Formats: sequence, C-alpha cells, structure tokens
Amino acid sequence: MAGYKDFISGDEAVAIGAKLARPEVIAAYPITPQTIVVERLSDFVEDGSLDCQYLHVESEHSAIMAVLGSEAMGSRSFTATSSQGLLYMVEGLPYVSGSRFPVVMMNANRAIAVPWSIYNDHNDSMFCMNSGWIQMYVEDAQEALDMVIQAYKIGENPKVMLPVMINVDGFLLTHTYELVEIPDQAEVDSFLPPYVTDHRMDLNDFKSVCIGVGPEYHTEFRYRQYHDFKYAVDAIAEVDREYGDKFGRYYGGMVEKYRMEDAEVVLVTVGSITSTARTVVDSMREEGKKVGLLKLRYLRPFPDEAFIGLSDNIKAIGVLDKNMSYGYEGTVYTNVNSALARREKRMPSLNFIAGLGGRAISREDIEEMFNQLLEYKGEAEADRVRFINLNLKEVEE
Amino acid sequence: MQRQKPVKFDFSGKLKDVPLPIAVPGNLLSINAGFRSFRPVIDNDKCAGCMMCYVMCPDGTIYKEGEALAIDYDYCKGCGICAEECKLKAIEMVPEE
Amino acid sequence: MIDVRWYGRGGQGAFTAARILGRIMSVYKGGYALAYPSFGPERRGAPVWSFTRISDSKILDRSNPPVSDYLIILDETLIDDETFKVLKEDGLVIINTAEPEKYSELKFRTVCINATKMAQEYLGRPITNVAMIGAFAAASGLFEIEDGEKVLEDTFAPKLFVKNAALLKASYESVKGGK
Repeated sequence: MAGYKDFISGDEAVAIGAKLARPEVIAAYPITPQTIVVERLSDFVEDGSLDCQYLHVESEHSAIMAVLGSEAMGSRSFTATSSQGLLYMVEGLPYVSGSRFPVVMMNANRAIAVPWSIYNDHNDSMFCMNSGWIQMYVEDAQEALDMVIQAYKIGENPKVMLPVMINVDGFLLTHTYELVEIPDQAEVDSFLPPYVTDHRMDLNDFKSVCIGVGPEYHTEFRYRQYHDFKYAVDAIAEVDREYGDKFGRYYGGMVEKYRMEDAEVVLVTVGSITSTARTVVDSMREEGKKVGLLKLRYLRPFPDEAFIGLSDNIKAIGVLDKNMSYGYEGTVYTNVNSALARREKRMPSLNFIAGLGGRAISREDIEEMFNQLLEYKGEAEADRVRFINLNLKEVEE
Repeated sequence: MQRQKPVKFDFSGKLKDVPLPIAVPGNLLSINAGFRSFRPVIDNDKCAGCMMCYVMCPDGTIYKEGEALAIDYDYCKGCGICAEECKLKAIEMVPEE
Repeated sequence: MIDVRWYGRGGQGAFTAARILGRIMSVYKGGYALAYPSFGPERRGAPVWSFTRISDSKILDRSNPPVSDYLIILDETLIDDETFKVLKEDGLVIINTAEPEKYSELKFRTVCINATKMAQEYLGRPITNVAMIGAFAAASGLFEIEDGEKVLEDTFAPKLFVKNAALLKASYESVKGGK
C-alpha cells in the first residue's frame, strides 16, 4: 500500500489517476474547468512517464469518435470534457455505450448555455442520463483519483463492457487543492491488469463496428444493453471492496449512508456538496435534530434498492439537485421518487434546487433544507420544488 | 476478398444468444429485390484484368475468383455501368430470364 | 480549523502563496489543508482572493468562510471600506506596505512588512508572495522556517530556491524581531 501524499487539485488528481491506469490512447479537447487534466496528461506523455498515444483532436466530437475507434481496436482509452464540450460529444456517447466499449471519461461538471457560464452545476451530466454510460459523482480529489482506476476495472469486466463517466465538480473540486494519497504504480498494475478482449476489430476474425439493426432485431440488442447493467451493479460493489482491501479506501458502492440509523429526515446529495453537508448533519445532531445524509455516488445504474429499503422512521426525504429538467423538476429527484414509489408506505419527498451556475451553497442553505424537511408534514399539495437562496422576493406575476 | 452475406440473427428467444453489437461482419444487408431487367456477363477471354468495372460498380459486386472476374448477382442491380466503362467491351448486358 | 485569506492582484502570486501554505501544513506538517482561488477567469492586475483552510483533521467543510482568521494583503492599493469585513474581530492582518503608520488606527492586530522592497532586494523583482509567507509564519507561529524551505525547494529551480529561501528567512526574521 506504499504511495505518497501530495497537495494537488482535483484536475491533477484525475490526470494522475489516468496516468496510473495506463491508457493506451487519450483523445481530449481542452475546456474550462477540465483543462488542467489534459495539460498534465500531455506533460506526462511528453516527458515519457506515460507511454500513451495522445491524439490532438480539433473538437470534443472528434475526441469521442477517436476513443470509439481506439477502443474498437482493443486499446484502453481515456477522454475528459465538460459542459458544452460534453454536449458536443453527445452524439458519440451512445455510439460508445451501444457498442459496449469501456471508455472512461472524466466530466468536470459545469453549467450549460444559455445563459453561458463556466461555473459549477450538474446540468451537463444530467443531460446525458440516457446515454447508456455508467454515471458516477465524486466527493473529493482523492475519490476522483481512485475512481479513474476503479472505472476501468468496472467497465472492462467482460460481463459489463460499459463506458464510465466520472463527474468531478468544476472549480469546487477541479481547482481546489487538497491532500491526496497517490498509490504506487506497481500496486495499481496488480489491481488493474492490461485490457485484453475479443470485443475488438481483428483482421483474422472479421467483425463490424457501428452496425445498423432494423426493427426485427433492434429490441433484442437493446434488451441486452438494459440487462447487462445489472452486471455493472455487481461489479461496482466488488471493485469497491477490492480497491478498499488493497488501497485502504472504501467508498461504500453505489451509495454511502451518513448518520441515517435513527434519522427522521434525510437529505440526498450528489458530488462535492456532500462534504459540507456532513458537517451540517454533525452540528444539527449536536442540537438534537435527527438528520441524516445519503450520498448518491452512482446515478446509472440507479441504486433503487437503497431507497426502497429506507427505514419507515424517516418522515421525509429531500433531494438536492444542482440541475433542473425544465418543465418538471430536478433530475435526481425524479429518479429517487421513482424508487420511492415502489415502497409499501409512501415516503414524502421534497426537491431542493441550489448551486445553479456556480452559486455557492452555504452551511446555512443546507441547514435550511433540513429545517424545511423537519417542518414538512408530508402534504401532497405542498410546493415540492423549492429553490434555495433564490434572490427573488416575488415570484407571482 | 471476403464477400458480405446478409446476416440473419437467430436468438431462438434466448438472451444468451444476443451478442454484443460488433458480433458479425455485415448487417442491414439484404439481397437485391429482383427487379433487374438486364444482367452483366463478363467474357473472361476478352477481359484484360484492368479492374475498372470493379472500381466503377456502385455496389461493389464485382470480384476476382482466381484470375477470372465474377459478379455477385445477389447484389447486382443491373445498372450497366460496368458494361459502359469496359474499354474492351468484355461485358455484355443480357436480358434477365 | 484556521482560515487564511489572501488578497492580491493577478500575477502577484496570491494563489501560489495559498497553495504553498496548504502544502506546508498538509504534506510537511502532517495536517490537512484546502487551498483554492476565487474561481473564474484570470487576468493580470485584477483583484484575486485566495483561501487556505488548515486543520488537524480531514477538512469536510468546503463552504466559503464569511470571515477569516488571517488576512494577508499583498497589494495595499486594493484596500477599501469593504476589505476588512472578511476578517474576524480577533483576526490578524498582514499588509505589504512601505508606510506602516497608515494602519496604526486599524482595529485589528496588524503586522506590516515592506515585502515589495524585500522582494526587490532578494529576487530583483517585486513578487511578494514568499515574503508574505515568511511574515505569516512569524506572525502565526503555525510553522517553522525549515518547513517553508522544504516546500520552496520542491517548487523552485536551485538558483531561484536559494534566493527565495533567503527572502523567506529575512521576512520571517523581520516580523519575528517585532518590526
């Protein structure tokens, strides 16, 4: 377990994690706030410490198509993007996932235009929920580094064969420096062996890439894709355990529960805000309030069991969405409610919208969310979508 | 040259027979619909092997069988471009029976 | 938990200083730190805030501190009526200035140092961040000069390291000496 500690940013942690995972091909286009990832990776390739083909592509669309091609040749590939860049890649995302190529991508969560913004929110990745990619969110730079390595192990599992999107909050994590333990390369190598697969082009055994399939067979292929996500569920838990056994850091799999044993209300968080929310849980607990936190690490596959199995002692659950599906509600909320609907007993829930376009979420904001949950009696007709820290005193026109 | 054949998936109702989708060469291929009125016939004695017919065929139906040229009639639509382009007049368009 | 806030102009090294301090306190002194700049596009001369949060245990609170324990001002031309609102009442401010008399009426514990002059002397350039770090070490007592030198050694090429290490020591001594 010998590694070393360094004071690095989230972007640097991702670059180092990618380097340790030994990709054979990297194709990425720089975009704030992911730029440091690609700068560091090109430094590593340039100084020889990373033996890898770095493809300079002219756009994110080319980046995703390039890694589609390199994975089709059986080469472990990596890419990274954010916001508008991710949207430019969107066409390629289901090409990769439908083809079942285990690309790993880091996405620096950033707001999407219009209005245009470089600051953090989750609208970019939420846009891509249906992309067929495994989608997960990290809480800090350490988790970001660890997950790049884990993602290849999960995705390249022969039964899984799915691409993984690792979401890292833009600026809040990408540009914040913190203490990170960097594992030893030899240890990573023994955890993550080279990618070997038959699922690739081969001059001796012809296959087709990007096949077209008509109505008579299309559904069966889609069923296969739908079905195989359950192998991802198993792989996620297994890899989390193995990584913890080897490197000493366990993340709990698809969700992590914090002080939920006797909680009366629970807040669901995604990404870096989880850290601050933990401290609010602690201080509110000291005041005798029975609050708990559920850290949602994976959105696809979705950990519905965790919600169906929630204790009946919980009176209300709140979901903090740093995104909005205009015309309805926050995306995580929709997904959570779908799982809650399968419970015997109805679980009242509220949707808190905060942090859009980089607006900081303070401890007071999180306290406000918990207080609203504590006051909520579960009335169905209550406003369920609540914008926190909205600078508007009147919203009726 | 490897000739593509139409792929018929047969899952026989079993998920385990549904492959990952880079399984087999060729897909969404179907043989021609049978509306060809004339079919090209190559006279291999006249043919010099310049391969221009192969280059010009829009459907890639012309191929080599040993030294001789052959036409894959499953995919030939009878457009006649090969006969038109052959400088040695080695290809004749004959009526379909 | 200790919050240090740095205030400078883009290009003066306010964020580098925040990072160096974070490095010293975490990698070298075995504690934990977070360091981050005011997020957004950067340009030379524009006001820049940066933050270092220091703790003995893993830092979970990533929210912006409304008030900090230390305020380090690398460029006094930035000071206005709002500037000191971010400092705790019992906080300490370190100001780079040639005229310490200007700040004798400040309600806070104040340390003044002519970092620009010292930087010019030791480095030949008015890059004040290392001097401010030295001043901070002396004023706060959070780390010894030897810890600072180790980080500078990692950060700079040998020739630059020697000059910066000397500047670090000199600024530390000048504040410690109760100037």
